[in-house]
Amino acid sequence: MNEILVLAEHRQGEIRETTWELLSGGRSLAENRQASLTVLLLGHGAGGMAERLRSGAHSVLVADDAELENFNSGPYQRVLSHVIRQRQPVLVLMGHTACGMDLAPSLAAELDMPLVTDCIGLDLSSGTLTATRQMYGGKVNAEVACRQGEGYLATVRSGVFSEEQRAALDGEITSIESPPGLETGLKRFIEYLESPAGEVDITQADVIVAVGRGIKEAKNLEMAQDFADAIGGVLACSRPIVDKNWLPKDRQVGTSGKTVKPRLYIAVGISGTFQHIAGITGAGTIVAINRDPKAPVFNVADYGIVDDLFKVLPVLKVKLAEARGQA
Amino acid sequence: MDIIVCVKRVPETAEADIAIDVGGQSVADQDLAYVLNEWDNYAVEEAIGLKERLGGSVAVVTVGPEQSDEVLRKCLAMGADNAVRLTDEAFDGSDAAATARILCEAIRKMTFDLILTGVQADDDGYGHVGAALAQMLGVPHATLVIQLQVEGKRAMVHRELEGGLEEVLEIGLPAVLTIQTGINQPRYVSVMGIRKARGKEVSTLGLADIDLEAEQVGAAGSLVSLKRLSLPSVAKQAEILEGTPEEVSGALAEKLKREGVI
Repeated sequence: MNEILVLAEHRQGEIRETTWELLSGGRSLAENRQASLTVLLLGHGAGGMAERLRSGAHSVLVADDAELENFNSGPYQRVLSHVIRQRQPVLVLMGHTACGMDLAPSLAAELDMPLVTDCIGLDLSSGTLTATRQMYGGKVNAEVACRQGEGYLATVRSGVFSEEQRAALDGEITSIESPPGLETGLKRFIEYLESPAGEVDITQADVIVAVGRGIKEAKNLEMAQDFADAIGGVLACSRPIVDKNWLPKDRQVGTSGKTVKPRLYIAVGISGTFQHIAGITGAGTIVAINRDPKAPVFNVADYGIVDDLFKVLPVLKVKLAEARGQA
Repeated sequence: MDIIVCVKRVPETAEADIAIDVGGQSVADQDLAYVLNEWDNYAVEEAIGLKERLGGSVAVVTVGPEQSDEVLRKCLAMGADNAVRLTDEAFDGSDAAATARILCEAIRKMTFDLILTGVQADDDGYGHVGAALAQMLGVPHATLVIQLQVEGKRAMVHRELEGGLEEVLEIGLPAVLTIQTGINQPRYVSVMGIRKARGKEVSTLGLADIDLEAEQVGAAGSLVSLKRLSLPSVAKQAEILEGTPEEVSGALAEKLKREGVI
């Protein structure tokens, strides 16, 4: 079928941002080939969400079952493979999120469909699906192509398709029957857990100094904390620092951590992977200090210092503290 | 319990300068160091930890060239009991699904209560093989595992979601779990430790040893193929401050003050 199918992602009663992004990107792809855009909502008592999705697609398919209330790739895959076999959409889109990463690969293996993951670009115009994705921590772009077939599956990186202002569609809501036996899976959702609040809420900070791998050793954090103190800032970090238990999780900036919007963000020894950068898109002024001139962080920073952070920080501390004192 | 960990040898690129080979099909790797994929390091540590607590065995499996032995020996030095390397020219050009298929057929011949892989690989970053492997083996899976407790024939698992949220679920064993960084602190192994592990077994298998045809593996068996690599074009570039630490610090302080940022 000349249909682009988007799997709606929701959690705890809220439609997640990725869904709107996928509907926006999916709409462009659909328009380019006069295809219909359908959104698939799996849930329980999700009528309100279904109503909200109407503006974003030509059709809203809803499967309602207690087993679908919280995401679980077991029952979700049962419904999706049933829907895909029936409707044979040319393209199925999901976010490259905790949901998409759990569901897409096993679904693709079950249906023997080509799957491209973590895409930053998609193109259906050449008769098959070609996609752009990144490799080597974002340092390389790769153009990949699928073998021509009936349908393709893709997971899309968050933020790649921006939500565009367009005329609202008036999608019709259709209930679909979920296949039987959804409750017989070997994987059972128990609960969600929020990470405990720490002593500092970095999302409220005006000035943030974030450290990454470049800080090399735990003992160097003291110097970074000193620097942060001198400029009235709060210490935060990228993922590797938390993985090593050098700072608690509540200090992590990025997709699996916190999103911050400080007036000033100083990234020290941070390479700038996509996951980290996603956490600072709302920051005012970004300064990056890194020895590697090709570090991706320099693509988002306003100011960059390409030098050894151990040489720069002590001097910068004095100059910024002076500037603060005079302000 | 018997645990299998799927691992991969990847180039270390976090600090390296990446250049693309003429032809655009691969990165120039003469000057790159090769290591155990970071996520797999956490997976191996998790497996060894489980073995130490519950008894049993840990086997590591990789699809890769002969040079992957180095990475397998590190895993053996960490405490794995035996290693399997799947090597064959026919495997070249395998996409994630074909790689999962190769692993699946090798693993079918082994006994296991649990299979661990890393969430993704440092080089291609697909995040695809683990969950595909589970589907092919007919066992349940969970990805992005940040905490794991085994209780007999089940495991309680925490998955890492976005924004610091975690999902707790219960999964029946055997299962495939893909392991996220930070789940544990991988032990360090010395060169001496790696040498000492030389006594442990590394067996090698090729296409002929697993129940697959040539058309099911490699480029022939793949639904996704690489067309071209390129360096990302830069939409925006930071204003790079030049000079000594004194000079750049002074310049930055002045700019930030003028802009009312500090």
